[in-house]
Amino acid sequence: MAVIAIDNLVKTFGAVRALDGLDLRVEPGEVHGFLGPNGAGKSTTIRILLGLLRRDSGEVRVLGADPWRDAVRLHRRLAYVPGDVSLWPNLSGGEAIDLFGQLRGGLDRRRRDELLERFDLDPTRTCRTYSKGNRQKVAIVAAFASDVELYVLDEPTSGLDPLMEAVFQDEVRRIKREGGTVLLSSHVLAEVEALCDRVSIIREGRSVESGTLAELRHLTRTAVTVETARPLTGLEALPGVHAVRDVDGRTHLEVEPAHLDELLGHLVRFGVRALTSAPPTLEELFLRHYGADAADGHATAGAASSESRAALR
Amino acid sequence: MSAFAGTGRLTRLVLRRDRVRLGIWLIGTPLLGYALAASVSGVYPDDAARHGYATTSASSLVARAFNGPIAGADLGAVVVAETYVTLAVTVALLSTFAVVRHTRQNEETGRAELLGASVVGRYALLTAALLVVVGVNVLSAALLALALAGTGLPVAGCVAAAAAIGGVGLAFTGVAAVTAQITVTSRGANALAAASVGLAFLLRAAGDVFGDVNADGTRVDSAWPSWLSPLGWGNQVRAFGGEQWWTLALPVALLVVAVAVAYALAERRDLGAGLVAPRRGPARAPASLLSPAGLAWRLQRGALLGWAVGVGVVGFCMGVAADEFNTMIAENPAAAEAIAAMGGGANLVDAYLAAMLALFALTIGAYVVQALLRVRADESDGILEAVLATAVSRGRWLGTQVAAAVLGALALLLLAGATTGLGYGIVSGDVLGETVVLGGAAALRLPALLVVAGVVTALFGLLPRWSVVLSWTALLAFLLLGQLGAVLDLPQAALDVSPFTHVPSVPAVDPTVLPLAVLVAVAAVLVAAGVAAFRHRDVPS
Ligand SMILES: Nc1ncnc2c1ncn2[C@@H]1O[C@H](COP(=O)(O)OP(=O)(O)OP(=O)(O)O)[C@@H](O)[C@H]1O
Ligand SMILES: [Mg+2]
Repeated sequence: MAVIAIDNLVKTFGAVRALDGLDLRVEPGEVHGFLGPNGAGKSTTIRILLGLLRRDSGEVRVLGADPWRDAVRLHRRLAYVPGDVSLWPNLSGGEAIDLFGQLRGGLDRRRRDELLERFDLDPTRTCRTYSKGNRQKVAIVAAFASDVELYVLDEPTSGLDPLMEAVFQDEVRRIKREGGTVLLSSHVLAEVEALCDRVSIIREGRSVESGTLAELRHLTRTAVTVETARPLTGLEALPGVHAVRDVDGRTHLEVEPAHLDELLGHLVRFGVRALTSAPPTLEELFLRHYGADAADGHATAGAASSESRAALR
Repeated sequence: MSAFAGTGRLTRLVLRRDRVRLGIWLIGTPLLGYALAASVSGVYPDDAARHGYATTSASSLVARAFNGPIAGADLGAVVVAETYVTLAVTVALLSTFAVVRHTRQNEETGRAELLGASVVGRYALLTAALLVVVGVNVLSAALLALALAGTGLPVAGCVAAAAAIGGVGLAFTGVAAVTAQITVTSRGANALAAASVGLAFLLRAAGDVFGDVNADGTRVDSAWPSWLSPLGWGNQVRAFGGEQWWTLALPVALLVVAVAVAYALAERRDLGAGLVAPRRGPARAPASLLSPAGLAWRLQRGALLGWAVGVGVVGFCMGVAADEFNTMIAENPAAAEAIAAMGGGANLVDAYLAAMLALFALTIGAYVVQALLRVRADESDGILEAVLATAVSRGRWLGTQVAAAVLGALALLLLAGATTGLGYGIVSGDVLGETVVLGGAAALRLPALLVVAGVVTALFGLLPRWSVVLSWTALLAFLLLGQLGAVLDLPQAALDVSPFTHVPSVPAVDPTVLPLAVLVAVAAVLVAAGVAAFRHRDVPS
C-alpha cells in the first residue's frame, strides 16, 4: 500500500485554484522528490497531507488514513520540516527541539545529541538569535531525531551551507536504510539527483510527470555533436531527430532516445571522426517541465527544446 | 546626507501602510475630546456645581492622583481635569506603538533589511517614522484645539490644553525612538516605552498628591515629582488657569534630545541588533515545558509577572486611599453622592472599592485579550503550523491557550482584590478580613473576563484575519460603555452589551448568582463556537 496516495486533489483559495486535480503516489521506503516551479502547489499539497488545510475534493490517504480526520493519530507517525521555520523567540534551540519531539510523541535523545553535533548547532542560543539556516537546522534535528515512518520535508535545505547539505543528505540516506519514507520538496536539483528514487513534477496544481530520474531522462532528447569525413545529409528525414545546426564543420542535433539507433546507423555511412553525446542535464530536464509550454503534460517530452530553453533564459 | 537617503519614499510608505490607523487617531482624538468636553459641560452646568467639583478634586487625594492637579473652577479647568489623563495616556501609547511599529518591528520581521539593501540610508527608517508620528501628533492637537473651541470654551485655554496633550505625544515619540534602539524585539520596545508611560504616571500622581491647595481650595499646585514626568508637564501648562506657555518647551526639548540619542544609538549598532546582549538558554528543555500547557505558561509568565507587579502596587495604593472617603463624607456630601452612584449601594467606601474592582476587571480584560491573541500571532508567523503538525489536536491546543489566559486573569483578579483589601485593611484595622472579602469580590468579576476570552476565541475561530482588530475593538467598546455610558446617558440596552455591566457591584451590593451564571453560559457558548470553527478551518488562514 502506498504511503501517500493522492487522487484528483483540488484545493482553491477564493479565486485561486492552487491544486487542480493533482495525483501523487509515494511508496514505502522510497525517497520521493516533489518538484515544481514557484507557486505550483507543493506546499499546499504538503499542508493538506498534514491535515492543516482542508481539501475541496479528491482522495487523500497518508499511511492509510485520512489526514484531515485522523490528524493527531497520523502525526505520531510522521515528522514535518517546513520551508520557512519560525520558532518561539525566547526559547533556546534545545528547548524547541525537545518540545517539538515531545509533542510528536517522544524523540531519541541519543540521536538528538548526535544530530546537534553533526549539524554543528548550539542548542543554548535563543531562537531569536538564530540565522535562517540555524532555524532550519532546529526543525531538521527535531524531525530526524523522532522515530517515525514518514518524513515530510518542504524545502528543508533552503538555508543550509554546502557542508550542512552533505550532512543532511547523509541523514536522509540513513533514514532510507532504516526503512523510512521521505517526501522531499526541493529546488536543489543536485540534492534531488543524489537522494531521490523517484520524482514527481507538478505545475499549476497538476501532476506533469512522475517516475525515476532515468525514466524522465528517457522521455527527453539527447544532444549529439558529430564531425564526419563527408558532408552529412538526409538527417531531416530521420525519425526523432530535431534542431539540426551546422557550426564550424560540426553538426549539432537532438535526438529522442528511442531513435538513437537509427541515427547511429545513418551516421556511420559518412565516416564519423568525432562524436559526443550528452544526456540532458537535470537542469534542462526540469526547465522543460517547468516552462510555459509544458502545460500539456506528456507531450512535452517531444516538444522543441533548445528554443524553449532559450526563451526561458 | 546619504544616511537619510530614501526618507521621503519611506515616509510615504508609512503613511500608506497606516492610513487607516493614523486616520482614526487623527480624527478620533479630537472627536473623543469634543464628546467628553460636551458631556462634562452638561454635568456641571453652573458655577456652584463647578466650584463644588473643583474643591472636591483639589481636596481628594484620589482625584489628584488620577485626574491631576485641578487648575481652577472654570468650566475649562473642569473639562481638563476630567479628560486630560485619558487623552494624554492614549496619545502617549499611540505614539509609542506607532514609532516601534515602523522601526523595530520592521527590523524584527526583516522588512528593514530588504529596504536597507535598496537605496535607503541608515537613518531613513527612523526619520520616516518620526516625521509621520510627530506630524500626526501636531495635526491631531490642532484639530483637538478646534474641537474644544467648538464647545464654546475660551480659545487660549483650548489651544493650551490641546498643545499639552500633543506635547505628551511628542515626548513619548522621543522615548519610543530610544527604546526601539535598545531591545531586539518590538514587544520589548513597546513594553519598555509603556513602562515609561507608567512611570511618568506614577511620578505625576505622586507630585500631585503631595501638591499644595491654594487659599480658596479650587486649585492644586503640584510638588516637584510632577515636573519630572512628561505627563505632568501637560498639567503644568495650566490650561484655563493662567496658562504657563513656556512649559510646552519641555516635551519639545525631550523630543529633540531623545531623537539625538536615538540617532547616536542607531549609528553605533547593527541592523536588527539591540543594545542588550541576548542571553543563553538551557541546552535541554525542562520537563515542565514539554506540553501545550507548560509551553503556554512559559510564554505567558513574563507578562503575567509584569501585570502582577502593576496590579499589586496600584491595588495597594487604592486600598490605602479608600479610608479617605470616610473623611470626605463629612466634608463634601455632594461628591460622596456622585461616587456612591458610580459604585452603587449606600456605603461610600464600599461603593468606591466596588468601582475600583470594576476598573481592575476591565484592565485585566486587556491582559486576557493580549494573552489570548498570541494564538493569532502564532498562526501568522507559522509556529502554529509546526505545532499542529505534531500530535497535538487543534481542540487541545486552543483549549489550553484559553485556559491559560483565564487562569492568569483569575490570578490577577485575586491579587488585585487582595492587595486592595490589604491596603484598606491596614488603614481600617482589619487586614485579614478585608483581604479575603475584597479578594473574593474581585474574583466574582471573572465571568465577565470569561466572556472576553470567549469573544477573542470566537473571533479567532471564525474571523481569524480580523481577530486582532475586532478583539481590541470589543474590549474598547466594553470600556467606553462602562466609563462613558452613564455620562453620555446611553440606553440600558446599549450598556447591556458589555459583560462588565452585568457583574454585581460587590462589595457595594450583595452578590447574585443569576447574572454570573448567564455570563458563564455565554462565555461557554462563545468558546465552543470558536473551537468548533477553528477545528474546521484552514491553518494558516
Ligand atoms: N492561504 C492562501 N491564500 C491564497 N492563496 C494561496 C494560499 N496559500 C497558497 N496560495 C496560492 O496557491 C498557489 C500554490 O502555492 P504553494 O505555496 O503551494 O506553492 P509552492 O509550490 O510551495 O511554491 P514555492 O516553490 O514557491 O514554495 C500559489 O499561487 C499561492 O499563491
Ligand atoms: Mg512552498
